[in-house]
Amino acid sequence: MMSSQLPALQVVLPLLGAPFCFLLWRYPRWSWALATLLSWSAFGVAIMLLIQVQNAGTIEYAFGGWQAPWGIEYVVDQLNVLVLLIVSGIAAVVFPYSWTSVQREIDPEQQSLFFTSMLLCLAGLLGITIAGDAFNLFVLLEISSLSTYTMISMGRDRRALTASFQYLIMGTIGATFIIIGVGILYMLTGTLNMQDLATRIPDLGTSRASQVAFGFLITGIGLKLAMFPLHLWLPNAYAYAPSAASAFIAATATKVAVYVMVRYVFSIFGVGFSFETMHIQWLFVPVSVFAILFTSIVALFQRDIKRMLAYSSVAQIGYMLLGIGLVNVTGLSAALLHLFNHALMKGALFLAMGAVCYRIGNTFIDSMHGLGKQMPWTMAAFVVGGLSIVGVPLTTGFVSKWVLIQGAIENGWWPVVAVILVASLIAMLYIWRVVEAAYMKPRPEGAESITEAPASLLIPLWLLAAANIYFGANAQFSMELAQSAAKTLFNSAVVGF
Amino acid sequence: MLLCEQQTPRGLNQLPRKKTEMELAVNITLLLMLCATVFAVVKLQSLFAIVMLFGIYSLLSAMIFVALDAVDVAFTEAAVGAGISTVLMLATLVTTGRWKKKPERSGLLPLFVVTITGAALVWGTLDMPEYGNPANPAHHHVADRYIAESPTEIGIPNMVTSVLASYRGFDTLGEVIVVFTALVGVLSLLQVRRPRTFARKQDNRPDTHRRRPYPVLQVVALIMMPFIIVFALYVQFHGDFGPGGGFQAGVIFAVAFILYTLTYGLDDSLALTPLPALKILAAGGVIIYGGTGVVSMLLGGNFLDYNVLAANPVSGQHIGIIVIELGVGITVASVLITVFYAFVTRAERNRAGEKQVDLPNKAD
Repeated sequence: MMSSQLPALQVVLPLLGAPFCFLLWRYPRWSWALATLLSWSAFGVAIMLLIQVQNAGTIEYAFGGWQAPWGIEYVVDQLNVLVLLIVSGIAAVVFPYSWTSVQREIDPEQQSLFFTSMLLCLAGLLGITIAGDAFNLFVLLEISSLSTYTMISMGRDRRALTASFQYLIMGTIGATFIIIGVGILYMLTGTLNMQDLATRIPDLGTSRASQVAFGFLITGIGLKLAMFPLHLWLPNAYAYAPSAASAFIAATATKVAVYVMVRYVFSIFGVGFSFETMHIQWLFVPVSVFAILFTSIVALFQRDIKRMLAYSSVAQIGYMLLGIGLVNVTGLSAALLHLFNHALMKGALFLAMGAVCYRIGNTFIDSMHGLGKQMPWTMAAFVVGGLSIVGVPLTTGFVSKWVLIQGAIENGWWPVVAVILVASLIAMLYIWRVVEAAYMKPRPEGAESITEAPASLLIPLWLLAAANIYFGANAQFSMELAQSAAKTLFNSAVVGF
Repeated sequence: MLLCEQQTPRGLNQLPRKKTEMELAVNITLLLMLCATVFAVVKLQSLFAIVMLFGIYSLLSAMIFVALDAVDVAFTEAAVGAGISTVLMLATLVTTGRWKKKPERSGLLPLFVVTITGAALVWGTLDMPEYGNPANPAHHHVADRYIAESPTEIGIPNMVTSVLASYRGFDTLGEVIVVFTALVGVLSLLQVRRPRTFARKQDNRPDTHRRRPYPVLQVVALIMMPFIIVFALYVQFHGDFGPGGGFQAGVIFAVAFILYTLTYGLDDSLALTPLPALKILAAGGVIIYGGTGVVSMLLGGNFLDYNVLAANPVSGQHIGIIVIELGVGITVASVLITVFYAFVTRAERNRAGEKQVDLPNKAD
């Protein structure tokens, strides 16, 4: 009986855990323990869902027992089970990490509020991913966004407040665009269920209203996933948020937004409408090429390494959009694969920065001089993540870039291949800056001596760093999932799911 | 109230009618007034006036919703948009001051973006289904089933409540959690503290003196409170039959306590509704709602399947809807009261001479 309830449990466990977490406001440690336990259980549920999907195909779950389209439905298929797995997996690593990290960054009185927000954010992101209903997706998007703004505002630097506010304004505009798009679709079709929308949208032909709905949805989701040039909220948000929050959001939130984009473009509107009527690839390709080059260069000049990583994230999102814009199965699998891989690398890099911040109180490049000797494990993990960003063989970053380049070659787009290679070189430069500071420069005279970060930070950090190598060397698992999801998305253009 | 009651339980045979010219005129007038309000908001410099205009904007929207026969939405908009948001924004103004600062950047880019967006919307609506046509897709497909089956499946006269609380009950749970998340956000920025500690520093007069500055208002408030609370309870439990339900009831309930705070001060209010109790209630409402879903799971149904709550599915639906609406009401009321307290604490601290500079959780 329990196994048929898994889709609901995936979201309901963290969602209903949050008020309990909140009630433990006097006992932050218990609040954290509960949150961690729930993140692990969410990961467990995601693994069980993966097994179910691989054995039995798509799973559907009707809330309240009301069949779709009358009620709200959850749908788990090969595409979103990958995202569920990565979101809950990152949570299962970051939540245990957060306790030690938060001790240095947030007042004890506020800590359980922070853990509550993290749990709400996790539930929201999982809910967005698993929802088979356009409006339910929006509701869960609101939960995840609000809790993200809360987490960012708790950063130690006062600029966290403006960063959070800026994100709140941009995020709210994005959400408004999404709901306008969903509203127009409801007006045209009378349904909110995604599968139902997918079957009814082709009947609309190329009506103006459906084109406008498409435009609003793409813009709204674009704001959420920091599509260049709508990314301006992102660098500050990631740089000033508490370390644990940066790692969690950077590794999951934009990935979920990319998933939503794929879902709308491929499953709901369909390949024909999106690429032949709307020619969305002519937006995605130039925008992502600019994003990849421009933000990689901007990343070179950042003094705060968290900010540098944030700019690098915008560039990495560019790779994913580029993969979608290639309009072939290889490109789409590269995008999905990179979604999975980028979560692993950015998670590891931000966790490493959290450990640095725990010891030296900031993440400026000039205060990292000589850190390679003092915090060898932390910096080694950073290097692993960095190599992955660059795309060195045997790391995850290599796998997704390789597939992406193949996709570009399939289209004969050699300039795009060149862009990917140049951007990898720039990535090498900005990672090298950190390596140089940490390993080549001596620790300044008279600086406090620093010891390695505690094991409670190192273990989660190395779990992710090791995952970067593991999934780089054995890419079969993630590759097969991404490829079969991509094939399904292209082939069943009408049925969609 | 009576009017609403007569309107809502729409019989099956009462088909939607075609809109008349009169209704068109009313709608156009309301929309023009809405536009005028927005331009005034952009033009004005006084934040106080802008907040008032926001209230008017919501009230006008509520009237448009009534014209669209969406009385439930109108009720919520009036209670939340025109009512409680205005109060909260006014509470913010106490802290921020009431004049707009000169914008640092030029408004040209935003104006450009807004123009493009507006133009796109207008262009897209030119071939939208005819306004008010009963044959439109939005009035059929899923709506047909709600209208035909909900009286027998769920058995309550207000179909809007059937949809919100049962067919799409999981969305409503999500909305309640959005409200709860807002509380988490506000508390992370503004801590609620008993203001007595800093009020005392300035004010050495005896307590009794400080407590009764507005005797007339206080007496009037005390007389009104029971009526407001009874009305809130009526709205809460009448949601099955007419417009109403947990969201609106929660707001009205909160208003009673906000009125009390305004006339008696935060100190007395916090004695009446202690903060820990409010926090427990805010989380408790969510747990009641979600707990209903968990119970239905344990009884063998899907999450939030009320059919399994009783031997007879229709009474199961009744029980489920009453319980979850109660959860909504409890959370909404306690969250709004707490958020208001948080804003007032901030204002009182400023008044007590503490500088605005330090936010409680910022050490730097």
